[in-house]
Amino acid sequence: MHLTEDETFMISCAAPPAIAMAMRILTETARLMGADRLVEITNAHIDGCVYFADSGVFFAEKLRDLGARVSVPATLNVGALDLLRPDLVRASRHALDMAQRLMTAYVDMGCTASWTCAPYQAGYRPGLGEQIAWAESNAIVFANSVLGARTNRYGDYFDICAAITGRAPYTGFHITENRYATILIDLSGLPAALLGEEAFYPVLGAWLGRTVGGAVAAFKGMPADVSEDCLKALAAASASTGAVALFHVIGVTPEAPDQAQAFGGRPPEEIIRPSLQDMRTARDQLSTTVASDGIDCVALGSPHFSIDECRQLAALCKSRKFCRPVYVCTRHDVYAALGGDRETIEAAGATFVVGTCVVVAPILKQSSGVLMTNSGKFAHYSPSTVGHDVVYGSLLDCVRSAVTGNVDRDEELWH
Amino acid sequence: MTITGSPLIAGEAEGTLLLLTAPICFWGGLDPVSGTIADPRHPQRGALLSDKIVAIPAIVGSSSSSQYLLEAMHHRTAPRAILLGENDIIIATAVIVGREMDYPSFPIVQCGFEGLRDGAYVRIARDGQIHVHGKP
Repeated sequence: MHLTEDETFMISCAAPPAIAMAMRILTETARLMGADRLVEITNAHIDGCVYFADSGVFFAEKLRDLGARVSVPATLNVGALDLLRPDLVRASRHALDMAQRLMTAYVDMGCTASWTCAPYQAGYRPGLGEQIAWAESNAIVFANSVLGARTNRYGDYFDICAAITGRAPYTGFHITENRYATILIDLSGLPAALLGEEAFYPVLGAWLGRTVGGAVAAFKGMPADVSEDCLKALAAASASTGAVALFHVIGVTPEAPDQAQAFGGRPPEEIIRPSLQDMRTARDQLSTTVASDGIDCVALGSPHFSIDECRQLAALCKSRKFCRPVYVCTRHDVYAALGGDRETIEAAGATFVVGTCVVVAPILKQSSGVLMTNSGKFAHYSPSTVGHDVVYGSLLDCVRSAVTGNVDRDEELWH
Repeated sequence: MTITGSPLIAGEAEGTLLLLTAPICFWGGLDPVSGTIADPRHPQRGALLSDKIVAIPAIVGSSSSSQYLLEAMHHRTAPRAILLGENDIIIATAVIVGREMDYPSFPIVQCGFEGLRDGAYVRIARDGQIHVHGKP
Protein backbone atom coordinates (compact mmCIF):
# COMPACT_ATOMS: atom_id res chain seq x y z
CA MET A 1 0.00 0.00 0.00
CA HIS A 2 1.29 3.44 -0.90
CA LEU A 3 1.52 5.88 2.02
CA THR A 4 2.39 9.58 1.69
CA GLU A 5 5.33 11.03 3.59
CA ASP A 6 2.96 12.34 6.31
CA GLU A 7 1.23 8.98 6.59
CA THR A 8 4.54 7.13 6.78
CA PHE A 9 5.55 9.39 9.66
CA MET A 10 2.21 8.82 11.43
CA ILE A 11 2.78 5.07 11.57
CA SER A 12 6.46 5.34 12.59
CA CYS A 13 7.75 5.07 16.14
CA ALA A 14 8.70 8.76 15.97
CA ALA A 15 4.99 9.70 15.79
CA PRO A 16 2.99 10.50 18.94
CA PRO A 17 1.92 7.08 20.30
CA ALA A 18 -1.85 7.69 19.97
CA ILE A 19 -1.47 8.62 16.31
CA ALA A 20 0.75 5.61 15.66
CA MET A 21 -1.80 3.28 17.32
CA ALA A 22 -4.70 4.76 15.33
CA MET A 23 -2.67 4.61 12.12
CA ARG A 24 -1.71 0.96 12.71
CA ILE A 25 -5.38 0.02 13.08
CA LEU A 26 -6.33 2.14 10.07
CA THR A 27 -3.66 0.83 7.70
CA GLU A 28 -4.16 -2.78 8.76
CA THR A 29 -7.90 -2.42 8.05
CA ALA A 30 -7.11 -0.67 4.74
CA ARG A 31 -4.85 -3.54 3.77
CA LEU A 32 -7.48 -6.18 4.36
CA MET A 33 -10.00 -4.12 2.40
CA GLY A 34 -7.57 -4.27 -0.51
CA ALA A 35 -6.90 -0.51 -0.60
CA ASP A 36 -3.70 0.61 -2.32
CA ARG A 37 -3.74 4.04 -0.68
CA LEU A 38 -5.57 6.17 1.89
CA VAL A 39 -7.84 9.16 1.28
CA GLU A 40 -8.09 12.30 3.39
CA ILE A 41 -11.49 12.72 5.04
CA THR A 42 -13.28 15.90 6.11
CA ASN A 43 -15.28 14.50 9.02
CA ALA A 44 -16.22 11.41 10.99
CA HIS A 45 -19.22 10.10 12.89
CA ILE A 46 -18.32 7.94 15.87
CA ASP A 47 -20.46 5.03 17.05
CA GLY A 48 -17.97 3.64 19.57
CA CYS A 49 -19.31 6.01 22.27
CA VAL A 50 -22.33 3.86 23.09
CA TYR A 51 -21.49 1.54 25.94
CA PHE A 52 -22.17 -2.14 25.42
CA ALA A 53 -19.04 -3.69 26.86
CA ASP A 54 -16.11 -2.83 29.11
CA SER A 55 -13.43 -3.54 26.49
CA GLY A 56 -14.66 -0.58 24.42
CA VAL A 57 -14.12 1.70 27.41
CA PHE A 58 -10.59 0.37 27.92
CA PHE A 59 -9.82 0.98 24.24
CA ALA A 60 -11.13 4.58 24.21
CA GLU A 61 -9.38 5.42 27.46
CA LYS A 62 -6.13 3.92 26.17
CA LEU A 63 -6.25 6.20 23.12
CA ARG A 64 -7.28 9.20 25.24
CA ASP A 65 -4.56 8.56 27.84
CA LEU A 66 -1.96 8.31 25.07
CA GLY A 67 -2.99 11.86 24.13
CA ALA A 68 -5.25 11.21 21.12
CA ARG A 69 -7.17 14.13 19.56
CA VAL A 70 -9.38 14.03 16.50
CA SER A 71 -7.88 15.85 13.51
CA VAL A 72 -11.20 16.38 11.70
CA PRO A 73 -14.66 17.34 13.07
CA ALA A 74 -16.20 14.20 14.60
CA THR A 75 -19.78 13.88 15.81
CA LEU A 76 -20.83 11.36 18.44
CA ASN A 77 -23.61 8.80 18.14
CA VAL A 78 -25.99 8.09 21.00
CA GLY A 79 -24.57 7.39 24.43
CA ALA A 80 -25.99 4.77 26.76
CA LEU A 81 -27.22 7.44 29.20
CA ASP A 82 -29.92 10.10 29.09
CA LEU A 83 -27.94 13.06 30.43
CA LEU A 84 -31.17 14.99 31.10
CA ARG A 85 -32.82 12.19 33.07
CA PRO A 86 -30.16 9.85 34.46
CA ASP A 87 -32.81 7.85 36.38
CA LEU A 88 -34.38 6.73 33.09
CA VAL A 89 -31.66 4.15 32.45
CA ARG A 90 -32.10 1.12 34.72
CA ALA A 91 -28.55 -0.19 34.54
CA SER A 92 -26.21 -1.38 37.28
CA ARG A 93 -23.93 1.15 38.96
CA HIS A 94 -21.04 -0.44 37.06
CA ALA A 95 -22.74 -0.05 33.67
CA LEU A 96 -23.75 3.55 34.38
CA ASP A 97 -20.19 4.43 35.40
CA MET A 98 -18.71 2.73 32.36
CA ALA A 99 -21.22 4.43 30.02
CA GLN A 100 -20.22 7.80 31.46
CA ARG A 101 -16.48 7.02 31.28
CA LEU A 102 -16.87 6.04 27.64
CA MET A 103 -18.76 9.22 26.72
CA THR A 104 -16.18 11.33 28.58
CA ALA A 105 -13.24 9.65 26.84
CA TYR A 106 -14.63 10.49 23.39
CA VAL A 107 -15.43 14.09 24.36
CA ASP A 108 -11.91 14.39 25.82
CA MET A 109 -10.51 13.37 22.41
CA GLY A 110 -12.22 16.41 20.88
CA CYS A 111 -15.41 14.85 19.51
CA THR A 112 -18.62 16.91 19.36
CA ALA A 113 -21.18 15.95 22.02
CA SER A 114 -23.99 15.54 19.47
CA TRP A 115 -25.35 12.27 20.98
CA THR A 116 -27.48 11.29 18.05
CA CYS A 117 -27.81 8.53 15.47
CA ALA A 118 -29.19 11.13 13.02
CA PRO A 119 -26.36 13.71 12.93
CA TYR A 120 -27.40 14.50 9.36
CA GLN A 121 -30.57 16.12 10.70
CA ALA A 122 -28.70 18.04 13.40
CA GLY A 123 -26.81 20.22 10.96
CA TYR A 124 -23.89 17.84 10.33
CA ARG A 125 -24.48 17.32 6.62
CA PRO A 126 -21.48 16.46 4.50
CA GLY A 127 -21.89 17.49 0.87
CA LEU A 128 -21.99 15.67 -2.45
CA GLY A 129 -18.72 13.87 -3.13
CA GLU A 130 -17.25 14.67 0.30
CA GLN A 131 -14.95 11.91 1.63
CA ILE A 132 -16.00 10.97 5.18
CA ALA A 133 -15.68 8.05 7.62
CA TRP A 134 -18.95 7.31 9.35
CA ALA A 135 -20.08 4.52 11.63
CA GLU A 136 -23.71 3.86 12.73
CA SER A 137 -25.34 1.80 10.03
CA ASN A 138 -28.35 4.07 9.41
CA ALA A 139 -26.21 7.21 9.20
CA ILE A 140 -23.82 5.53 6.75
CA VAL A 141 -26.65 4.75 4.34
CA PHE A 142 -28.19 8.21 4.71
CA ALA A 143 -24.88 10.03 4.16
CA ASN A 144 -24.03 7.93 1.10
CA SER A 145 -27.49 7.80 -0.45
CA VAL A 146 -29.33 11.01 0.42
CA LEU A 147 -26.37 13.39 0.76
CA GLY A 148 -24.02 11.79 -1.78
CA ALA A 149 -21.09 11.88 0.65
CA ARG A 150 -18.70 8.92 0.52
CA THR A 151 -18.13 6.38 3.26
CA ASN A 152 -17.87 2.64 3.66
CA ARG A 153 -19.72 0.72 6.36
CA TYR A 154 -17.26 1.51 9.11
CA GLY A 155 -17.63 0.08 12.59
CA ASP A 156 -16.94 1.03 16.17
CA TYR A 157 -13.21 1.59 16.95
CA PHE A 158 -12.27 2.07 13.30
CA ASP A 159 -14.32 5.29 13.39
CA ILE A 160 -12.18 7.05 16.01
CA CYS A 161 -8.96 5.89 14.32
CA ALA A 162 -10.14 7.53 11.08
CA ALA A 163 -11.00 10.72 12.99
CA ILE A 164 -7.57 10.82 14.70
CA THR A 165 -5.60 10.20 11.50
CA GLY A 166 -7.98 12.09 9.17
CA ARG A 167 -7.77 9.18 6.74
CA ALA A 168 -9.84 6.31 5.36
CA PRO A 169 -8.93 3.43 3.02
CA TYR A 170 -9.40 4.59 -0.59
CA THR A 171 -11.60 1.73 -1.66
CA GLY A 172 -15.24 0.69 -1.85
CA PHE A 173 -17.74 3.53 -1.73
CA HIS A 174 -15.03 6.21 -1.61
CA ILE A 175 -14.51 5.54 -5.35
CA THR A 176 -16.98 6.75 -7.99
CA GLU A 177 -16.92 3.51 -9.99
CA ASN A 178 -18.19 1.46 -7.03
CA ARG A 179 -21.11 3.78 -6.34
CA TYR A 180 -23.14 2.96 -9.44
CA ALA A 181 -26.25 0.88 -8.99
CA THR A 182 -26.32 -2.67 -10.32
CA ILE A 183 -29.90 -3.60 -9.40
CA LEU A 184 -32.98 -1.69 -10.58
CA ILE A 185 -35.98 -1.82 -8.29
CA ASP A 186 -39.07 -0.88 -10.23
CA LEU A 187 -41.87 0.17 -7.87
CA SER A 188 -44.50 0.55 -10.60
CA GLY A 189 -46.32 -2.61 -9.49
CA LEU A 190 -47.23 -1.09 -6.11
CA PRO A 191 -50.30 1.09 -5.43
CA ALA A 192 -49.53 4.82 -5.54
CA ALA A 193 -51.36 5.32 -2.24
CA LEU A 194 -48.95 2.93 -0.51
CA LEU A 195 -45.93 4.85 -1.83
CA GLY A 196 -47.42 7.98 -0.24
CA GLU A 197 -47.54 6.37 3.23
CA GLU A 198 -44.75 6.82 5.75
CA ALA A 199 -45.32 3.32 7.13
CA PHE A 200 -44.33 1.90 3.74
CA TYR A 201 -40.69 3.05 3.86
CA PRO A 202 -39.38 0.99 6.80
CA VAL A 203 -41.03 -2.04 5.19
CA LEU A 204 -39.40 -1.31 1.82
CA GLY A 205 -36.07 -0.88 3.64
CA ALA A 206 -36.37 -4.19 5.48
CA TRP A 207 -37.24 -5.90 2.20
CA LEU A 208 -34.30 -4.19 0.44
CA GLY A 209 -31.75 -5.34 3.01
CA ARG A 210 -32.96 -8.93 2.79
CA THR A 211 -33.16 -8.88 -1.00
CA VAL A 212 -29.93 -7.19 -2.05
CA GLY A 213 -27.62 -7.73 0.96
CA GLY A 214 -24.81 -5.26 0.32
CA ALA A 215 -25.41 -4.48 -3.38
CA VAL A 216 -26.23 -0.97 -4.67
CA ALA A 217 -29.84 -0.69 -5.83
CA ALA A 218 -31.67 2.17 -7.54
CA PHE A 219 -35.39 2.72 -7.02
CA LYS A 220 -37.50 3.75 -9.97
CA GLY A 221 -40.98 5.12 -9.44
CA MET A 222 -40.67 6.57 -5.95
CA PRO A 223 -42.61 9.85 -5.57
CA ALA A 224 -40.36 12.85 -6.32
CA ASP A 225 -41.56 14.56 -3.14
CA VAL A 226 -40.68 11.64 -0.84
CA SER A 227 -39.74 13.16 2.51
CA GLU A 228 -36.32 13.07 4.10
CA ASP A 229 -37.82 11.26 7.10
CA CYS A 230 -39.12 8.52 4.79
CA LEU A 231 -35.67 8.10 3.24
CA LYS A 232 -34.19 8.04 6.73
CA ALA A 233 -36.56 5.22 7.71
CA LEU A 234 -35.79 3.32 4.50
CA ALA A 235 -32.04 3.67 5.08
CA ALA A 236 -32.22 2.53 8.69
CA ALA A 237 -34.30 -0.56 7.99
CA SER A 238 -32.17 -1.59 5.00
CA ALA A 239 -29.03 -1.38 7.13
CA SER A 240 -30.65 -3.54 9.82
CA THR A 241 -31.77 -6.53 7.77
CA GLY A 242 -28.89 -6.30 5.28
CA ALA A 243 -25.46 -4.81 4.79
CA VAL A 244 -26.72 -1.96 2.62
CA ALA A 245 -24.36 1.05 2.47
CA LEU A 246 -25.83 2.96 -0.48
CA PHE A 247 -28.97 3.12 -2.59
CA HIS A 248 -30.18 5.59 -5.18
CA VAL A 249 -33.64 6.96 -5.86
CA ILE A 250 -33.89 7.96 -9.50
CA GLY A 251 -34.98 11.58 -9.79
CA VAL A 252 -34.52 12.19 -6.05
CA THR A 253 -31.05 11.44 -4.66
CA PRO A 254 -28.05 13.46 -5.86
CA GLU A 255 -26.16 10.76 -7.76
CA ALA A 256 -29.25 9.58 -9.63
CA PRO A 257 -30.77 12.45 -11.61
CA ASP A 258 -31.73 9.80 -14.16
CA GLN A 259 -31.38 6.04 -14.60
CA ALA A 260 -28.30 6.25 -16.85
CA GLN A 261 -26.34 8.26 -14.29
CA ALA A 262 -27.43 6.01 -11.43
CA PHE A 263 -26.05 3.00 -13.33
CA GLY A 264 -22.95 4.70 -14.77
CA GLY A 265 -24.34 4.31 -18.28
CA ARG A 266 -24.58 0.53 -18.02
CA PRO A 267 -27.74 -1.58 -18.10
CA PRO A 268 -28.94 -2.99 -14.76
CA GLU A 269 -27.57 -6.45 -13.99
CA GLU A 270 -30.92 -7.31 -12.46
CA ILE A 271 -34.40 -5.78 -12.43
CA ILE A 272 -36.70 -6.54 -9.51
CA ARG A 273 -40.39 -5.58 -9.46
CA PRO A 274 -41.66 -6.04 -5.90
CA SER A 275 -45.33 -6.92 -5.61
CA LEU A 276 -47.84 -5.84 -3.00
CA GLN A 277 -47.64 -9.39 -1.65
CA ASP A 278 -43.84 -9.01 -1.24
CA MET A 279 -44.44 -5.84 0.75
CA ARG A 280 -47.12 -7.51 2.89
CA THR A 281 -44.71 -10.35 3.64
CA ALA A 282 -41.94 -7.87 4.53
CA ARG A 283 -44.35 -5.99 6.79
CA ASP A 284 -45.40 -9.20 8.51
CA GLN A 285 -41.74 -10.15 9.04
CA LEU A 286 -41.23 -6.94 11.03
CA SER A 287 -43.68 -8.26 13.64
CA THR A 288 -42.99 -11.29 15.82
CA THR A 289 -46.43 -11.52 17.43
CA VAL A 290 -50.07 -10.63 16.81
CA ALA A 291 -50.21 -9.46 20.44
CA SER A 292 -53.67 -10.86 21.16
CA ASP A 293 -53.12 -9.95 24.81
CA GLY A 294 -52.24 -6.36 23.96
CA ILE A 295 -49.03 -4.38 23.98
CA ASP A 296 -46.76 -3.34 26.86
CA CYS A 297 -45.14 -0.23 25.38
CA VAL A 298 -44.57 1.85 22.27
CA ALA A 299 -41.11 2.94 21.09
CA LEU A 300 -40.66 5.71 18.53
CA GLY A 301 -37.58 7.36 17.14
CA SER A 302 -35.03 5.01 15.58
CA PRO A 303 -33.35 6.84 13.99
CA HIS A 304 -33.96 9.75 16.37
CA PHE A 305 -37.21 11.57 15.71
CA SER A 306 -36.78 14.81 13.76
CA ILE A 307 -38.60 17.98 14.69
CA ASP A 308 -41.17 17.26 11.95
CA GLU A 309 -41.83 13.78 13.32
CA CYS A 310 -42.23 15.16 16.85
CA ARG A 311 -44.70 17.78 15.57
CA GLN A 312 -46.65 15.08 13.75
CA LEU A 313 -46.77 13.07 16.94
CA ALA A 314 -47.87 16.14 18.93
CA ALA A 315 -50.79 16.63 16.55
CA LEU A 316 -51.89 13.03 17.17
CA CYS A 317 -51.45 13.40 20.95
CA LYS A 318 -53.98 16.19 21.32
CA SER A 319 -56.94 14.98 23.40
CA ARG A 320 -55.46 11.49 23.70
CA LYS A 321 -54.24 9.77 26.86
CA PHE A 322 -51.89 6.78 26.74
CA CYS A 323 -52.45 3.79 29.01
CA ARG A 324 -49.10 2.24 28.05
CA PRO A 325 -45.59 3.76 28.23
CA VAL A 326 -44.68 5.57 25.01
CA TYR A 327 -40.98 6.36 24.50
CA VAL A 328 -40.00 9.08 22.05
CA CYS A 329 -36.27 8.92 21.28
CA THR A 330 -34.78 12.13 19.94
CA ARG A 331 -31.84 14.55 19.90
CA HIS A 332 -31.04 17.19 22.49
CA ASP A 333 -31.56 20.06 20.04
CA VAL A 334 -34.97 18.76 18.94
CA TYR A 335 -36.09 18.32 22.55
CA ALA A 336 -34.97 21.87 23.34
CA ALA A 337 -36.72 23.36 20.31
CA LEU A 338 -40.11 21.68 20.64
CA GLY A 339 -41.79 24.23 22.92
CA GLY A 340 -45.52 23.60 23.35
CA ASP A 341 -45.42 20.40 21.33
CA ARG A 342 -43.22 18.86 23.99
CA GLU A 343 -45.86 19.59 26.63
CA THR A 344 -48.60 18.18 24.39
CA ILE A 345 -46.68 14.93 23.92
CA GLU A 346 -45.81 14.64 27.61
CA ALA A 347 -49.36 15.51 28.67
CA ALA A 348 -50.61 12.49 26.69
CA GLY A 349 -48.31 10.37 28.83
CA ALA A 350 -45.28 9.88 26.59
CA THR A 351 -41.69 9.98 27.84
CA PHE A 352 -38.87 11.62 25.92
CA VAL A 353 -35.61 9.69 25.74
CA VAL A 354 -32.92 12.19 24.80
CA GLY A 355 -29.48 11.49 23.36
CA THR A 356 -29.91 7.73 23.66
CA CYS A 357 -32.62 5.17 22.84
CA VAL A 358 -34.52 2.21 24.23
CA VAL A 359 -32.55 -0.50 22.42
CA VAL A 360 -29.05 0.68 23.36
CA ALA A 361 -29.76 1.39 27.05
CA PRO A 362 -31.93 -0.53 29.55
CA ILE A 363 -34.90 1.86 29.72
CA LEU A 364 -37.94 -0.39 29.22
CA LYS A 365 -39.66 -1.31 32.48
CA GLN A 366 -39.87 -5.03 31.72
CA SER A 367 -37.31 -7.52 30.47
CA SER A 368 -39.87 -9.07 28.14
CA GLY A 369 -43.24 -8.15 26.72
CA VAL A 370 -44.67 -6.69 23.53
CA LEU A 371 -43.26 -3.53 22.02
CA MET A 372 -45.06 -1.69 19.24
CA THR A 373 -43.14 0.62 16.92
CA ASN A 374 -43.26 2.47 13.62
CA SER A 375 -39.49 2.00 13.20
CA GLY A 376 -38.14 -0.80 11.03
CA LYS A 377 -34.89 -0.65 12.99
CA PHE A 378 -36.55 -0.96 16.41
CA ALA A 379 -38.75 -3.74 15.02
CA HIS A 380 -35.73 -5.65 13.73
CA TYR A 381 -33.54 -5.31 16.83
CA SER A 382 -35.97 -5.35 19.80
CA PRO A 383 -36.32 -9.15 20.01
CA SER A 384 -32.55 -9.67 20.19
CA THR A 385 -31.50 -6.60 22.22
CA VAL A 386 -34.31 -6.04 24.73
CA GLY A 387 -36.13 -9.38 24.63
CA HIS A 388 -39.43 -7.92 23.49
CA ASP A 389 -41.77 -9.29 20.88
CA VAL A 390 -42.66 -6.68 18.31
CA VAL A 391 -45.70 -5.35 16.49
CA TYR A 392 -44.96 -3.05 13.58
CA GLY A 393 -47.45 -0.31 12.69
CA SER A 394 -47.76 3.25 11.42
CA LEU A 395 -47.31 6.21 13.76
CA LEU A 396 -51.09 6.55 13.96
CA ASP A 397 -51.44 2.79 14.66
CA CYS A 398 -48.91 3.13 17.49
CA VAL A 399 -50.65 6.14 19.02
CA ARG A 400 -54.10 4.52 18.87
CA SER A 401 -52.78 1.27 20.31
CA ALA A 402 -51.07 3.09 23.19
CA VAL A 403 -54.44 4.63 24.10
CA THR A 404 -56.28 1.30 24.35
CA GLY A 405 -53.40 -1.06 25.11
CA ASN A 406 -54.57 -3.28 22.25
CA VAL A 407 -53.17 -3.46 18.74
CA ASP A 408 -55.21 -1.13 16.56
CA ARG A 409 -53.80 -1.19 13.02
CA ASP A 410 -55.23 0.21 9.81
CA GLU A 411 -54.92 -2.76 7.44
CA GLU A 412 -56.54 -0.94 4.53
CA LEU A 413 -53.25 0.33 3.10
CA TRP A 414 -51.79 -3.09 2.57
CA HIS A 415 -54.68 -4.56 0.57
CA MET B 1 -10.50 -31.48 0.62
CA THR B 2 -8.87 -28.05 0.55
CA ILE B 3 -10.49 -24.65 0.03
CA THR B 4 -8.36 -21.67 -0.92
CA GLY B 5 -9.40 -18.58 0.98
CA SER B 6 -7.89 -15.16 1.38
CA PRO B 7 -6.69 -14.37 4.88
CA LEU B 8 -8.08 -11.08 6.26
CA ILE B 9 -6.37 -11.74 9.57
CA ALA B 10 -3.61 -14.26 8.93
CA GLY B 11 -3.02 -17.06 11.40
CA GLU B 12 -3.32 -20.76 12.07
CA ALA B 13 -6.19 -22.54 13.78
CA GLU B 14 -7.93 -25.88 13.86
CA GLY B 15 -11.14 -27.16 15.31
CA THR B 16 -14.73 -28.22 14.72
CA LEU B 17 -16.69 -26.23 12.20
CA LEU B 18 -19.91 -24.45 13.16
CA LEU B 19 -21.63 -23.51 9.91
CA LEU B 20 -24.13 -20.67 10.31
CA THR B 21 -26.99 -20.92 7.82
CA ALA B 22 -27.99 -17.24 7.99
CA PRO B 23 -26.16 -13.90 8.17
CA ILE B 24 -25.68 -12.49 11.66
CA CYS B 25 -25.39 -9.16 13.43
CA PHE B 26 -23.28 -9.46 16.60
CA TRP B 27 -25.17 -6.59 18.27
CA GLY B 28 -27.95 -8.55 19.91
CA GLY B 29 -26.71 -11.63 18.06
CA LEU B 30 -23.71 -12.58 20.20
CA ASP B 31 -23.58 -12.87 23.97
CA PRO B 32 -19.91 -12.05 24.55
CA VAL B 33 -19.89 -13.38 28.11
CA SER B 34 -21.08 -16.90 27.25
CA GLY B 35 -19.88 -16.88 23.63
CA THR B 36 -23.29 -18.05 22.36
CA ILE B 37 -25.62 -16.82 19.63
CA ALA B 38 -28.25 -14.75 21.40
CA ASP B 39 -30.54 -13.60 18.58
CA PRO B 40 -33.83 -15.48 19.09
CA ARG B 41 -34.52 -15.24 15.34
CA HIS B 42 -31.21 -16.78 14.23
CA PRO B 43 -31.44 -20.42 13.09
CA GLN B 44 -28.38 -21.35 15.21
CA ARG B 45 -29.52 -19.49 18.34
CA GLY B 46 -27.94 -20.87 21.48
CA ALA B 47 -24.96 -22.33 19.60
CA LEU B 48 -21.59 -21.86 21.29
CA LEU B 49 -18.99 -20.08 19.16
CA SER B 50 -16.11 -20.42 21.62
CA ASP B 51 -13.48 -22.97 20.59
CA LYS B 52 -15.17 -23.44 17.20
CA ILE B 53 -14.19 -22.47 13.70
CA VAL B 54 -17.26 -20.46 12.78
CA ALA B 55 -18.33 -20.05 9.15
CA ILE B 56 -20.52 -16.95 8.70
CA PRO B 57 -22.10 -16.30 5.29
CA ALA B 58 -22.34 -12.52 5.88
CA ILE B 59 -22.21 -9.93 8.63
CA VAL B 60 -25.24 -7.66 8.50
CA GLY B 61 -26.65 -4.76 10.50
CA SER B 62 -25.09 -2.68 13.19
CA SER B 63 -21.65 -1.12 13.21
CA SER B 64 -21.53 -2.03 16.92
CA SER B 65 -20.77 -5.65 16.01
CA SER B 66 -17.12 -4.64 16.56
CA GLN B 67 -17.84 -4.01 20.25
CA TYR B 68 -19.38 -7.44 20.76
CA LEU B 69 -16.54 -9.33 19.13
CA LEU B 70 -13.87 -7.34 21.00
CA GLU B 71 -15.70 -8.06 24.26
CA ALA B 72 -15.78 -11.77 23.41
CA MET B 73 -12.00 -11.61 22.88
CA HIS B 74 -11.70 -9.85 26.25
CA HIS B 75 -13.74 -12.63 27.91
CA ARG B 76 -11.82 -15.32 25.97
CA THR B 77 -15.08 -16.59 24.45
CA ALA B 78 -14.26 -15.71 20.82
CA PRO B 79 -14.12 -18.43 18.13
CA ARG B 80 -10.80 -20.09 17.21
CA ALA B 81 -11.26 -18.65 13.74
CA ILE B 82 -13.94 -17.11 11.54
CA LEU B 83 -14.56 -18.03 7.90
CA LEU B 84 -16.44 -15.25 6.14
CA GLY B 85 -18.47 -15.64 2.95
CA GLU B 86 -18.19 -11.90 2.32
CA ASN B 87 -15.41 -9.52 3.31
CA ASP B 88 -16.42 -7.48 6.35
CA ILE B 89 -14.35 -4.89 8.10
CA ILE B 90 -16.67 -4.30 11.06
CA ILE B 91 -15.60 -7.56 12.66
CA ALA B 92 -12.07 -7.68 11.22
CA THR B 93 -11.41 -4.31 12.87
CA ALA B 94 -12.33 -5.82 16.22
CA VAL B 95 -9.53 -8.38 15.87
CA ILE B 96 -7.03 -5.70 14.82
CA VAL B 97 -8.05 -3.60 17.85
CA GLY B 98 -7.91 -6.69 20.06
CA ARG B 99 -4.24 -7.15 19.15
CA GLU B 100 -3.54 -3.54 20.20
CA MET B 101 -5.25 -4.37 23.50
CA ASP B 102 -3.16 -7.56 23.89
CA TYR B 103 -6.21 -9.84 23.73
CA PRO B 104 -5.63 -13.27 22.12
CA SER B 105 -6.06 -12.93 18.37
CA PHE B 106 -7.50 -15.38 15.84
CA PRO B 107 -7.57 -15.73 12.05
CA ILE B 108 -10.34 -14.50 9.76
CA VAL B 109 -10.40 -15.96 6.26
CA GLN B 110 -12.72 -15.01 3.43
CA CYS B 111 -13.67 -18.03 1.32
CA GLY B 112 -16.34 -19.86 -0.61
CA PHE B 113 -18.50 -22.19 1.49
CA GLU B 114 -18.88 -25.01 -1.02
CA GLY B 115 -17.71 -28.23 0.60
CA LEU B 116 -18.01 -26.92 4.17
CA ARG B 117 -20.10 -29.13 6.42
CA ASP B 118 -21.25 -28.37 9.93
CA GLY B 119 -19.30 -30.52 12.39
CA ALA B 120 -16.35 -31.16 10.06
CA TYR B 121 -12.82 -30.83 11.43
CA VAL B 122 -11.07 -27.88 9.84
CA ARG B 123 -7.45 -26.78 9.76
CA ILE B 124 -6.55 -23.25 8.64
CA ALA B 125 -3.07 -22.40 7.40
CA ARG B 126 -1.42 -19.01 7.49
CA ASP B 127 -1.78 -18.55 3.74
CA GLY B 128 -5.58 -18.98 3.91
CA GLN B 129 -5.67 -22.64 2.80
CA ILE B 130 -8.51 -24.41 4.60
CA HIS B 131 -8.21 -28.19 5.00
CA VAL B 132 -11.53 -29.89 5.69
CA HIS B 133 -11.50 -33.36 7.29
CA GLY B 134 -14.36 -35.71 8.03
CA LYS B 135 -13.54 -36.05 11.71
CA PRO B 136 -10.87 -34.98 14.15
